[in-house]
Amino acid sequence: MGIYEISLATVVGINIILALGLNMITGFCGQISLGHAAFYGVGAYTGALLAKAGAPLPLAIAAGMIAAGILGLIVGLASLRVRHDFLAITTMGVGFLFLGIVRQQEVLGGELGISGIPASGLSKIGYLALVLILAVLFTIFSLWIKRSWLGFAFEAVADDEDTARVVSVDVGACKLAAFAMGTAMAGAAGGLYTYFARFLMPDDFGFITSISVLSMVAVGGIGSVFGVIAATIILTLMPEFFRFISDYKLLVYGTLLFAVMRFAPEGLAGLASGLLKHIKPKGLVEKEVAG
Amino acid sequence: MSVILDVRNVTVRFGGVLALDNVSFTVNQGEFLCLIGPNGAGKTTMMRAVTGIIKPQTAQVLLAGKDISNLPTHIRARLGLALTHQIVRPFHSMTVLDNVALAAGHRLIGRILTSMISMDRSAARTQALKFLKLVGIENVSQNSVVGQPLGVTKRLEVARALALEPQVLLLDEPLAGLNSIEAARLADTVADINRQGLTVVMIEHNLGEVMRVSQRLVVLDNGRKIADGKPMEVMHDPTVRAAYVGKERQHAAA
Repeated sequence: MGIYEISLATVVGINIILALGLNMITGFCGQISLGHAAFYGVGAYTGALLAKAGAPLPLAIAAGMIAAGILGLIVGLASLRVRHDFLAITTMGVGFLFLGIVRQQEVLGGELGISGIPASGLSKIGYLALVLILAVLFTIFSLWIKRSWLGFAFEAVADDEDTARVVSVDVGACKLAAFAMGTAMAGAAGGLYTYFARFLMPDDFGFITSISVLSMVAVGGIGSVFGVIAATIILTLMPEFFRFISDYKLLVYGTLLFAVMRFAPEGLAGLASGLLKHIKPKGLVEKEVAG
Repeated sequence: MSVILDVRNVTVRFGGVLALDNVSFTVNQGEFLCLIGPNGAGKTTMMRAVTGIIKPQTAQVLLAGKDISNLPTHIRARLGLALTHQIVRPFHSMTVLDNVALAAGHRLIGRILTSMISMDRSAARTQALKFLKLVGIENVSQNSVVGQPLGVTKRLEVARALALEPQVLLLDEPLAGLNSIEAARLADTVADINRQGLTVVMIEHNLGEVMRVSQRLVVLDNGRKIADGKPMEVMHDPTVRAAYVGKERQHAAA
């Protein structure tokens, strides 16, 4: 593997953690967020400041995770009051607010960003391994939550919050938990990005990043862990393999997002399970559903 | 007979409309009470106020002597108030069985941390199947709720409410939209459950079934309580008749 492939794989790993975080909020719990990049940024900037202050890597990344999770909890409070489109607008506002603040702060490097972030101390391959191990751990965590009773309650909240309340689900607590966990994952991705790029610019965490992550989740199939991972890999690599896409990245992502919403609302995961049903003989599927 | 649900002075205003005007009623332990009245009388609003889905201007609700007036809906559900919706609202992404299993696992979803480490759904599903059998829709338990006929989803609502193991079962027009055979069967099921000791409060327009199964009637009209008593007595009350058939026609008949 050359240096280019290694760095590409590292970006894929970081994006998987980022997308799985949004999947927790939007996929599992049904709360739309258009400001996911802000939490990614909080993790990255927290990690960068601590790294420059001489903190070791695990501490810097953990602090980024906690900072993003706390901010996520605060934004989650907004989700208790507003729903659907209004929540989308609110979270979008959080994203712009984050950028606005970062751009004005001398200590965060303003428009020029933060440079001179110390190296992770690991080789390129070693760092890739770290990112991939964390990506696997967050995948396991996502699958665990999905199968737990919390995931069951999330599903109810995503379907119909008023009815969820009537069957004793604490809707507010569920939303806060989803926001805290999902944004903490974004924070972890941000911390990892800091040590990978070693140079942060405010625009890395702008609206385009939020939309890109949302595309990964939507294209993968809202709520499906493996679908989201597949879509993240494809969407991250696509602009690299087809250079011309890179110039029109947002256009391509936007078109994909629209196409998925319109024609295949269950995304790649929905298409795959639909295909599976066609391939397998009918009786087998029925048996599977019964089991 | 002890009072299990004591509802006092409920007033609900929607903007300028007085939906409920200082209405009080009690429900006795083990009773089958029907809440009736013409359309727009405030019956559904009353149920929503009791379960805390809407916030009344004034109201005091006591469940088994405990004041629950200021508690959120999910806590009231946990304490034993189960409600079915008039317009069915199943969880669309789940199977019929899981709709009920979620409610059957109500103890596991109480705390976030407990729910995070609880993985086993089989016990709740076994429990849920029992309730589906009780209402007679166990044959579709593995199917998605999407596309199920109203006869199934109406009964699913009842099964889901029962799975909460409530102290009081509140049913909002469970028979509406069912054909007469289905309606009679569901009414019998609810009456059976009531005979086993569960207190039931039912809103219903199907007066034939109401007279057949209920033990007491509370009548609402225009946001006020106009009658409360034994079904036959209430039905012969001139005020109730006027509310249902209108004053002019009654004069015309007389």
